[in-house]
Amino acid sequence: MLAQQLINGVLLGASYALFALGFTLMFGVLRVINLTYGFYFSAGAFAALFLTRDAGLGIWAALPLAAVTAGLIAVALDWLLLAPLRRKRAPELASLMVTLGGVLALYSAATAILGPDIRRLPPGLVDGTVFELAGLRVATPQLFILVASFVLVGALVWLLNFTRLGLAIRAMAENPDAAGLMGIDTGRTAALVSFVAGCLAGAGGVLIGLNFNAIHPYMGESMMLRGFVVVIVGGLGDIRGALIAGLALGVVEVLTAGYVDSGLKEAVAFAILVAVLWTRPSGLFGRPALRRA
Amino acid sequence: MTTLLRTLALTLHYAGLFAVDRVDLNVQPGSVHALIGPNGAGKTTLFNLISGLVAPTEGTVLFRGLDVTSLPADRRTALGLARTFQTSRIFGAMTVLENVLTGLQPRCFAGLIATVLRTPAFYREERALVARARDTLHMVGLSARADLPAATLPHGEQRLLEIARAIAPEPALLLLDEPAAGMNPAETAALANLVRRIRDLGTSVLLVEHDMGFVMDISDAVTVLNFGRCIFQGTPAAARQAPEVMEAYLGQKVAARLAARAPRMTV
Repeated sequence: MLAQQLINGVLLGASYALFALGFTLMFGVLRVINLTYGFYFSAGAFAALFLTRDAGLGIWAALPLAAVTAGLIAVALDWLLLAPLRRKRAPELASLMVTLGGVLALYSAATAILGPDIRRLPPGLVDGTVFELAGLRVATPQLFILVASFVLVGALVWLLNFTRLGLAIRAMAENPDAAGLMGIDTGRTAALVSFVAGCLAGAGGVLIGLNFNAIHPYMGESMMLRGFVVVIVGGLGDIRGALIAGLALGVVEVLTAGYVDSGLKEAVAFAILVAVLWTRPSGLFGRPALRRA
Repeated sequence: MTTLLRTLALTLHYAGLFAVDRVDLNVQPGSVHALIGPNGAGKTTLFNLISGLVAPTEGTVLFRGLDVTSLPADRRTALGLARTFQTSRIFGAMTVLENVLTGLQPRCFAGLIATVLRTPAFYREERALVARARDTLHMVGLSARADLPAATLPHGEQRLLEIARAIAPEPALLLLDEPAAGMNPAETAALANLVRRIRDLGTSVLLVEHDMGFVMDISDAVTVLNFGRCIFQGTPAAARQAPEVMEAYLGQKVAARLAARAPRMTV
């Protein structure tokens, strides 16, 4: 029973980690707490819904397309809301307020257009076979989520550590002025980081939508609360921290729901957040900047 | 020969204060040009205007004959302008070699597609860039440090790394902001040799420095700023004898007294 719960927790946590990675990447490089991030999650889920239900695509085609759609929305919103503030070197609070206003407007517009009701992905999108190994049960959708999360996280780590673009992104995370003087186009790098982060959020939206089979415009908002817990516990801008904290949050939620009360899982998550901040104000790993993952 | 860098009436004022006031600066190709002046004279501000970190209130920056006044820093870098900072701004979490590689942007079709496809041309170029980065580290004497995290280097080596990162792409002009600050005499002498070698390899150097021995030793031309204004432009030898330069450094009274006593004072 405990082993089964742990597996379920890791599967849930993998998608939390995936979601939080984009958020922490955005903060690490662009130095702004971008509250519109949750909206990309909803956008990814809805894109997957339209692609599978209306365009009849399979999940393997719909997942990357939905992720890219969310990435492009992220680039557009960054360009619209944050790029002008970056150029003027506005204080961080100004960018935070702009994204707060922006995300509230986006959620209400999305609700007005799409309606508030909960949608479901078409049945049979992922084959529902349940594998059993030594008494542990893992359903195919869960396996899909796990594989997709690991592939995307691996791709991000590779991009950051072993490519030119990653070098530019890390340079910008440490010092945007110096990066500009190295000939790195900081505007383009910012757009690229927004795109990658948006893709991760969108992919997270698809995977969570698949896991709980419930898609609605505000789904990104409840996810943002978890994203905050993961990112702050892991340390803002810390890729490895977000990964570990994401998996841990999934396990904690599942264990709380399984052994205590499912109504308490969010309370426990936030109690952990507060406890971590009391004892380690810059996150569990205490490394402020974006580092090699 | 045309002037490499020219500023025309370059001006920056904040809140009524002229940080840089109608400065006309001319840097010739193939030269080491020093920018000196008392603290607060506007030297670093002038560097920020030239490198594109700060936009001027008025005036023009011409680099290699092009008006770059409204270009962002990275576009100026692409044209061959490089700089270092007064306090080192290396990327501490990266290795020494990675730091130098940030200065070397791929010249052919860069970006996502080549990175993802990993074409043979991509590998060839990547290898050439790494080789170039290692050569530059060798030139400044940091070969043995290539794979260490940059933050672990001692101060003097961090400054050398910053210079290596700036000169790796073979810029036409290198701006050095107080390169000798915090160095001992032996390190300063080695730095002077490095600056000469950089010039001889075809990169002109514009530097801000307080160590007058160092400035007089390596400069081909000197510009003196005081209160944001250019008060002297000429050879180091002429700068030593210019009364206005002495005044700026010592104050009017002291300079007059010294001039009366000994007509040839060194700055």
